[in-house]
Amino acid sequence: MLLPLSGCSESDVSIDDLRSAALEAGSGDAIDSTEPGNEPGNEPGAVAEILDLEKTDLVFGFIKLTDCAPIVIAKEKGYFDDEGLNVQVEAQSNWRDLLNRVITGELDGAHMLAGQPIGASVGVGADAPIITAYSLDYNGNGITVSNEIWVEMQKNDVKLQSPTPEHPIPATSLKPIVKAYKNKEGKPFPMGMVFPVSTHNYEIRYWLASSGIHPGMYSGEDDAKGVNDAEVELSVTPPPQMPKTLEGGTIFGYCVGEPWNQVAVATKIGVPVTTNYDIWNNNPEKVFGVSKDWAEKNPNTHLAVVKALIRAGKWLDAKDADGKFLNRIEAAKILSDSRYVGADEAVIANSMTGTFVFQETDVRSMPEFNVFFDGYASYPHYSDCIWFLTQMRRWGQISESKPASWYAAKAKEIYRPEIYRKAAELLISEGKVAATDFPAPDYDGYREPTTAFIDGNQYDAADPIGYINSFEIGNKEPTELAKQ
Amino acid sequence: MNWRGTALRFCKVTGLPILEPFVRLIAGEDPKEQFKGIAKYVLVPAVAIGLFLAFWSFASRHVSANSVQLPGPMKTFSEGKRLFSEHFEQKRIDGERKREKKQEAIQLMADAARAQQQAEQATGKQKETLLANASTLEKRALAAANYKASSAPTFVDQIFNSLQTVMFGFIIATLIAVPVGVLCGMSPWFNAAITPLIQVFKPVSPLAWLPLAMLVILSMFSGTDEPWLPIAFLTSGITVCLCSLWPTLVNTTLGVSSVDQDYINVAKVLKLSWSQQLFKIILPASLPLMFAGMRISLGVGWMVLIAADMLAQNPGLGKFVWDEYQNNNQISFARIAFSVVIIGLIGLLLDRIMIFFRNLVSFGNPATA
Repeated sequence: MLLPLSGCSESDVSIDDLRSAALEAGSGDAIDSTEPGNEPGNEPGAVAEILDLEKTDLVFGFIKLTDCAPIVIAKEKGYFDDEGLNVQVEAQSNWRDLLNRVITGELDGAHMLAGQPIGASVGVGADAPIITAYSLDYNGNGITVSNEIWVEMQKNDVKLQSPTPEHPIPATSLKPIVKAYKNKEGKPFPMGMVFPVSTHNYEIRYWLASSGIHPGMYSGEDDAKGVNDAEVELSVTPPPQMPKTLEGGTIFGYCVGEPWNQVAVATKIGVPVTTNYDIWNNNPEKVFGVSKDWAEKNPNTHLAVVKALIRAGKWLDAKDADGKFLNRIEAAKILSDSRYVGADEAVIANSMTGTFVFQETDVRSMPEFNVFFDGYASYPHYSDCIWFLTQMRRWGQISESKPASWYAAKAKEIYRPEIYRKAAELLISEGKVAATDFPAPDYDGYREPTTAFIDGNQYDAADPIGYINSFEIGNKEPTELAKQ
Repeated sequence: MNWRGTALRFCKVTGLPILEPFVRLIAGEDPKEQFKGIAKYVLVPAVAIGLFLAFWSFASRHVSANSVQLPGPMKTFSEGKRLFSEHFEQKRIDGERKREKKQEAIQLMADAARAQQQAEQATGKQKETLLANASTLEKRALAAANYKASSAPTFVDQIFNSLQTVMFGFIIATLIAVPVGVLCGMSPWFNAAITPLIQVFKPVSPLAWLPLAMLVILSMFSGTDEPWLPIAFLTSGITVCLCSLWPTLVNTTLGVSSVDQDYINVAKVLKLSWSQQLFKIILPASLPLMFAGMRISLGVGWMVLIAADMLAQNPGLGKFVWDEYQNNNQISFARIAFSVVIIGLIGLLLDRIMIFFRNLVSFGNPATA
């Protein structure tokens, strides 16, 4: 079979080369044995259309974090290949570069912070429409403080002095430390997050503000620091550098994704105090983002990519009858390769296989630390997009008040469940997934209102204005906007 | 006698004085003198390297941050070996994938032919779909047949990527610097005009250029679909170019302006035309300095490249080092240490090559005789 093409390895193979090669090969068995009608799908009227891909060689960017898993798995398990895609995944040095390279077209798509397509589309920190049709995961972040701060927090709250303190741990015991630091040094208490529109930024703000610590306001779309009135200064550090920055004493704590909290425990430089599982249960974390231009030029390719990602997500969350993950150990091994996340396999396996180490004495089972597929985690819910918009407005990154209708409209622009749906339908018709893996056809994209937050506030995406006004710290909106 | 002369000339032109005592020894010259040479060029450096390695392994046992330990020479070396074996393993897998893809291509062509056949028997909407499928399948077959490995570049790939980038930057820099330098050297007025620019830009750090280089390149490609070279490659290459421009430029100017007045007078006496003067007298006479400048340029370019690759995310050794740094695992620092050694060795090799070229064109050198 190979002979006809073996001479062509140096230069490009043309379609004529292929035709003659196929003819030669076909004279044996390939064509003759397949008369029409002996394959499923050949019944009249039931011919499935094969996606005509606009582009087959793709480059996707990612940041060294375990939640890039669906992209890596789709590549390593051959799901991209099955769709006829030849995908290279390339580590990027930080979120800013990654976003820029998607905007300039150097990358076809990327593992993105859920806030990045949203921020870029509404003009916070960037101005280029980015869309997403696939949500990579729920949860997966933690907040870690340095050992010294942890000791002080324990002094402020005796309940924390136990080997297994009660969770979730709020920021109340941190508050006196922050106040004392500001009084002594005359500047806000330094902590780290990964990007101005990152989930981490909003989560650590949420955590701090829910205990009455003011994390600072942004003065508009172009303000990248957000330190107005700040008691805590949240600076940007790329995820893999977080532990080193903490160790170096530049920051006293940070909010970052895995494995960089577990690395802090493993190397004894810090103590994770909470995860975003407790700050907002099942919060959206990363998405697969592409530029709107790219998606318009390559609709079929986009569909094929989403198809492969759906299968990867399903593979990652596959469980046996006892609810144990089937594939996560393998996933941790794949991710530990130096071309991907590169951290030690044992550290990655911690959170990937459903445990989280808060301290050596405090190892907790957290099977939902990273949800990739179950509970419709990969579906791009409009309500998830709106949550980010409310936080951007709450902290002043969006400088003007917007009516409730604006939130819904923006969500429809940025989140593209219709593409996800179409990909899912194709997979269902191919028998690779079940229809029950996806929300019912009449689902409107709004998750149920929830109070599963560390402050117990209720979030109803249908009422973004009410949600923004429910916080003590942050911008307030005129209530009449809720009805506009 | 004759081979001895050739061998000695080789040592001199290639800039390898280390070999000279051996040649003389074999040729039967005074052994005592030659052993002195061997001691100077071989033994003493070997002892120094030995001491360095001893110091390094001592340090590696005592230098450690909370999270990591400085890798020692043995660990560095064994990681280096692994990097190379990983490369060959990856190439083997890539080759296998390529063969599989070719097979798949033929299968897809067969599928396409089948869809075509079915289409002939079908009608209406179904026929349309089948025909579309046939052409899609052919397209996919073509893509599969021309499959290019999409695995991440290995360490060895990154070495070649880096060499490519540095050569790109260096060649462009030379193409700009030599003509401008010649003009500067020949015309005091032009020199006066250019000098302030040279003096202001020469000391600028390479990395300050990078954002500007990126901006220029992005504006060049805005609106085009497929840039003819990857943007990161161009950014990195142009940054290298902007930094390695100056030594060649300054040395060429110096070389041209300091051509021996006697030569110029001879040229005047012979009534040579301007271009004859340029090509027969001025350029040959200034070549040694020009090459001396290019040697420094290449050295600067190589140094800048690693930093530029890190920032521009251009594939190469810089990105390799950065990615490993981000991995934060037990072996990544050994890999970084190994790449530092390799970067140094390649820098040394490039320098030697330039010395070789310079010696080839230098006057008074046996090679040019």
